[in-house]
Amino acid sequence: MPVDIWLIFLLGFMILGSIAALEIKDILSSIVAIGVVGLALSTAFLILQAPDLAIVQFLFEIFALIILILAFLRKDYHDLEPARLHRLTAGLTALTLIAVFAFSLHVFKSLPEFGLPALTTGRYYLENAGASVKSANIVAAVVLDYRAYDTLGEVTVLFTAILGTMTVLRVRKAKKERGEE
Amino acid sequence: MSEKQGMSLIVKTVTRAILAIIFLYGFYIILHGHLSPGGGFGGGVVLALGFLSVMLAYGRPTTQKWLNIRALHTVESSGPLLFLAVGLLGLAGGGVFLLNTLDHGRLFDLWSSGFILPLNIIIGIKVGLSLFLAVWALTAWDPEKGADA
Amino acid sequence: MIIYALCFALFLVGLYGLIVKRDLIKIILSTGIMGYAVNLMIVLFGYRREAIYPILEKGKEAAAMVDPLPQALVLTSIVIELGTTALLVALAVQLHKNFKTFDITKIRRLRG
Repeated sequence: MPVDIWLIFLLGFMILGSIAALEIKDILSSIVAIGVVGLALSTAFLILQAPDLAIVQFLFEIFALIILILAFLRKDYHDLEPARLHRLTAGLTALTLIAVFAFSLHVFKSLPEFGLPALTTGRYYLENAGASVKSANIVAAVVLDYRAYDTLGEVTVLFTAILGTMTVLRVRKAKKERGEE
Repeated sequence: MSEKQGMSLIVKTVTRAILAIIFLYGFYIILHGHLSPGGGFGGGVVLALGFLSVMLAYGRPTTQKWLNIRALHTVESSGPLLFLAVGLLGLAGGGVFLLNTLDHGRLFDLWSSGFILPLNIIIGIKVGLSLFLAVWALTAWDPEKGADA
Repeated sequence: MIIYALCFALFLVGLYGLIVKRDLIKIILSTGIMGYAVNLMIVLFGYRREAIYPILEKGKEAAAMVDPLPQALVLTSIVIELGTTALLVALAVQLHKNFKTFDITKIRRLRG
């Protein structure tokens, strides 16, 4: 089957999955639905000839699922009333977003055709990565040699986010120690 | 290790048997980052999942006895420092920050392509330990006991 | 063109969830959906027909390959998405400790 039909099928599947994830009331089911959407995205990356991204998306998706389930499935979290829907706000938002989508179709008609990229910088990377950097994985060469500064920024952002996670959850222990002294 | 915490005996035994294979797989993905898809990020997550399987199968107190959490925090925090050190090495070697000044070797070798291999190792260890310590901190609050582990 | 439009529709589904839903967990899931849509759109821009993945092999060295630059950008983006999700989950757990609910219309006063 050609690539276009695969992609349309996968995108339809992802849209249905995400609508299901948002509307289901049970928390475990909606988290599992998000996991399914992420795995469909990993398959789409594989079809688009990006195996590096497929591996990383798959693994990080599983880790995000584990974090969500470990944090949100305690027994005392969900004896509150289910979220009631404000009908007017929901209807207005849906109508506005449908109007935005209808206006955006004109923009997508004027983009370059799918499958014919411009490849101005990419051509330089494809031709010179084997000769000058001598790395077989060109995406790794781009991430860690030609654009290593961006990777430094990414390591910093990940470090700061995880540091923030650990700091936010440690206030209780500090208060307990201060309360006992 | 007491049988009250964690999961059943079958899960504990299988986890102990598979742990070395998981770490080996993670190191394989990290080391071959410049030859096949994967690299530092994917391999790092596999390492984190290895630690996480021990934490889920054995429970928190046993894992705390087995691992030194303070040492893990120190190693994880030194990741960005090592990255900067490699960048400064480029500055000393060629005059530009993060210039690839190590020996490039031949194509398709394991020891090729300059500093991509050391950077992959640094990133892999850092990402793996970060993610495991984040999950460790997230599950620290137990509503029944009312205290941090 | 239809593929781009469907990808944008996925983004709008996530945006709808972010605006309308009242449960904090659904809001976190909606940010995840928007992240998926944006990453897919960037990789779609770099696809070339009848081309293979950008990894050199011993047999074929200089074949026609897809664009490696969008893939490098999306690699960074996926990693940062995970860090952001972890931080959002930590904030949600801490909010539940203080306010005992996940309903955002009841979390009004800033405290602590």
